[in-house]
Amino acid sequence: MISNDRRLDRRAAMRALLQNRGDLLLVTGLGSTTWDAAAVGDDDRNFYLWGAMGAAAMVGLGLAIARPDRRVLVVTGDGEMLMGLGSLATIGVQRPQNLAIAVFDNGRYGETGMQASHTDGAVNLTGVARACGIEQVFDITDEATLQRFAELVHSAETTLFARVAIRAEDAPRVLPPRDGVVLKTRFRCGIGVE
Amino acid sequence: MGEGTAAEVFDWRDEIFAALKAAEIRQVGYVPDAGHARLIELCRAEPTIRAVPLTTEEEGVALAAGAWLGGQRAALLMQSSGVGNCVNMLSLTKTCRFPLVMLVAMRGEWAEFNPWQVPMGSRTQAALELCDVLVYRVERPEDTAETVAAALDIAFNGDLAAAVLLSQRLLGAKRWVK
Repeated sequence: MISNDRRLDRRAAMRALLQNRGDLLLVTGLGSTTWDAAAVGDDDRNFYLWGAMGAAAMVGLGLAIARPDRRVLVVTGDGEMLMGLGSLATIGVQRPQNLAIAVFDNGRYGETGMQASHTDGAVNLTGVARACGIEQVFDITDEATLQRFAELVHSAETTLFARVAIRAEDAPRVLPPRDGVVLKTRFRCGIGVE
Repeated sequence: MGEGTAAEVFDWRDEIFAALKAAEIRQVGYVPDAGHARLIELCRAEPTIRAVPLTTEEEGVALAAGAWLGGQRAALLMQSSGVGNCVNMLSLTKTCRFPLVMLVAMRGEWAEFNPWQVPMGSRTQAALELCDVLVYRVERPEDTAETVAAALDIAFNGDLAAAVLLSQRLLGAKRWVK
């Protein structure tokens, strides 16, 4: 199914999403998307998950509901999203207009030895998102579409979901701070709620 | 167990809702349970609360973390069986010291008719304590409101996780009469 996709470079994809980020709030999932965000540049407005696999989309939902005045982007991997697949159903019911979810899909569990994930041939995440009631869904395999999505993150009027086809490569690890209390507190200070 | 008085039953459930409102809870994540039915209705009807139905309870732990990151307070409603679903997600709460309040309707204990509920129900408190969640148990209607208020206080004042177990005896035989 995705074998013919033109696959994007994950670091370039993260950079594209965070270019001109304005006051965008970012949540990343356990694993490579956290390293991707750190590689683009550490920022108080990034909340990195270093654990709690399956949490990323729901952390984004709670944050988006709490801060309707800010745009919230969740970037996570296919394995992390699969562990919290039910959260797409929960988000489909809520659909806050300031929430966007981008899943970097390489069809692999990158942190554990590149084992095949369920998206490698069988599971279509955009189909899942659409079936869960998320109305604006993107299957991104090229830079132009990624760029369009990155812009829409700042102006959409409903929840967005994108599956971003990335190459199964092990990019150099760039580690952000890992102290959870520090990450939480600096994020809250950064948006003025602490 | 007797019928109880309907007034008494509704009274303590309404008091939990009043405690949530007094603590300025703005998001309530829930997986339905008969013991929480009235509270869920009240939350869904309350304009200052965003009620979020979850497909599994661990989603609520992450929802509450996100809410707190954005400056809002959340509470979770679940059945005791759902506590087991939360175990790994509670590492998020502990590692980041997110405040968390779980209101847990107990099954698998007092006069339970379904043996499948017993394994998780009989270990709910132990599982929570193993995850460093403070546990307060309510047996009597008159203790409910202040126990919930105390859990909300300690969680949000201390950046701690607290659970209130609403015992099956408290929830009453009413659920099984119909």
